[in-house]
Amino acid sequence: MTESTATSPARGLATPDGNTAVEVTGTGTRPSIISDATNRHGAVPVQTRNARFTSADVADFPEVTGREANWKLTPVDRIRDLLDGPLDGSAYSVVAQPSDGVDVRWVPRTDPRIGLAGIPEDKASANAWSSFGTALAITLSGEEHTELVVGRSEFGTLPRAAHTLLEAKPFSDSLVVLDNTGSAALVENLEILVRDGARLTLVTVQDFAEDARYVASHFAQVGRDATFKHVVVSLGGSVVRVNPSVTLADTGADGELLGVYFSDAGQHLEQQVFLFHKAANTRGRVNYKGALQGAGARTVWIGDVLIGPEASGTDSYEQNRNLVLSDGTRADSIPNLEIETGDILGAGHASATGRFDDEQLFYLQSRGIPEEEARRLVVRGFLIDIIQRIGSAALEERLTAAIEAELARDDR
Amino acid sequence: MSTLTISDLQVSVETDQGAKQILRGVDLTINEGEIHAIMGPNGSGKSTLAYAIAGHPKYTVDGGSITLDGEDVLAMTVDQRARAGLFLAMQYPVEIPGVTNSNFLRTAKTAITGEAPAIRGWIKEVRDSMGKLRMDSSFAERNVNEGFSGGEKKRNEILQMELLKPRFAVLDETDSGLDVDALKIVSEGVNRAMAATGLGILLITHYTRILRYITPDFVHVFVAGRVAEEGGPELAERLEDEGYDRFLPEAVS
Repeated sequence: MTESTATSPARGLATPDGNTAVEVTGTGTRPSIISDATNRHGAVPVQTRNARFTSADVADFPEVTGREANWKLTPVDRIRDLLDGPLDGSAYSVVAQPSDGVDVRWVPRTDPRIGLAGIPEDKASANAWSSFGTALAITLSGEEHTELVVGRSEFGTLPRAAHTLLEAKPFSDSLVVLDNTGSAALVENLEILVRDGARLTLVTVQDFAEDARYVASHFAQVGRDATFKHVVVSLGGSVVRVNPSVTLADTGADGELLGVYFSDAGQHLEQQVFLFHKAANTRGRVNYKGALQGAGARTVWIGDVLIGPEASGTDSYEQNRNLVLSDGTRADSIPNLEIETGDILGAGHASATGRFDDEQLFYLQSRGIPEEEARRLVVRGFLIDIIQRIGSAALEERLTAAIEAELARDDR
Repeated sequence: MSTLTISDLQVSVETDQGAKQILRGVDLTINEGEIHAIMGPNGSGKSTLAYAIAGHPKYTVDGGSITLDGEDVLAMTVDQRARAGLFLAMQYPVEIPGVTNSNFLRTAKTAITGEAPAIRGWIKEVRDSMGKLRMDSSFAERNVNEGFSGGEKKRNEILQMELLKPRFAVLDETDSGLDVDALKIVSEGVNRAMAATGLGILLITHYTRILRYITPDFVHVFVAGRVAEEGGPELAERLEDEGYDRFLPEAVS
């Protein structure tokens, strides 16, 4: 860190009762140090995003109070048992169709790849790491494009830990869907190794049962000239928190981090995204879009981008947009950008949370389209641009149908 | 024959300073097959009339009536008005991200006719209309009005009018911002729709320019929320020569 500390220009955009619509955009192309906005009010010293305490041992973390920067927007009381209670770390039922170049198996804790992608930054993640007995390992090696859907629907209702390892071998080309449904009281660590020259798209679908609670940390390392597309789709569940940390670790690495979420009455959907441009000439895009509908619908998006001192030639942009469909919802949107080198191509961030656009509704209705159908078209249109980037027609169709189903729910 | 009747229409708009009355008793009767030009200076209430007919929620009708063959239009929702046969070509068409033009057109056509159009015939109809409006076929797969130029948006409005086949269309300053080539293309589209379906048209314009290509049967001059003068096409010619000055007392001195 160099000369000075500036307050982040990014602000949290809450919409209590959906009344506020603020847009903040900014670009940071000058060398500057921007503090983590979530720290700036407290006595916590300014800290570069990759300097947080990490440990795989749950005992190393103090008890979660709910006032910590990375917990203060989470309903901690609803997931207390997952933070430090006992977790079942045994294997669970998985449905997958292995094919050429795709290997799916359970591996022991001693697998040499475990811990290569990242180490827990919070107590829940460390609790899962301390508790898992066996890890689900998916290894992709085919140079011809392959697609794999891993169905996981039987986590059960008792608190559980899971550890998942995804390795895309050099020059492999694959799309993997982790399709999560059913009940869950689950804490998971997902490690992703995208080796040199590999192309990997990973889509995690959180379409859990209504009472499910899910706290996940994703750690990814993207190698030289590798392309990684990471997509978080969160639709179902009572509390769903998915925190992806992606490191563009070597020259030419490309990371596209996408997310789409739809929060209903009483649902808490959260994502704390961290994109670290560690090496030179890396490109990063973060784009999350969400909709909120119904009393108590809640979403949190924190997007941290760190451009490290070695990351010259970085090209980075992050944005989050939220569409508020009814009163009584709240969307937090907090982009943070830290830049530690002046020699970058560009870096920017944008955040907007707004109400449904009545002019769009009027336009469609003036062409004879009934109000309900017009609303569906607009919301679908808002979210579809993320879904279309996934690059799988079958999945696009399924997710579009899932969003239609969310919209059809009569709980506004 | 259908008739759109506007009687003693009084409309106000919600502003930051409270409700402001715009229309102060408008009377107009439009029959199918007739073209009525509504002309007038800025702020005279032309666009307010257009939005009030379409049912925009920002405008409040304080008095008077709008009826379509005796049916109370003001009691209808925005989409019901469209299904009853009313169409508004907007001055500033709205962009709808993530919704393709072709999906939008098919959805609207289905809503208005009550059944989905037969695929093959419909695709051909859309393509033909787009061709005549010199719209590249790529516009079908682009999102509604997103990234369209001003002229392209206006052509897209006329495309919708041709395809949805309303009984009455209100064209709200469709000519504004168009260069002469686009103006001709749009005017041809209006004349084509007229020849095909014999709809009634309320052509709202600030300038007389478009009236060289679309000949009105009647011209109404709007001033301060009322019809100040009415006549035939010759009134438009007089306005072209004299402007609106004689209707504006403050401009005389």
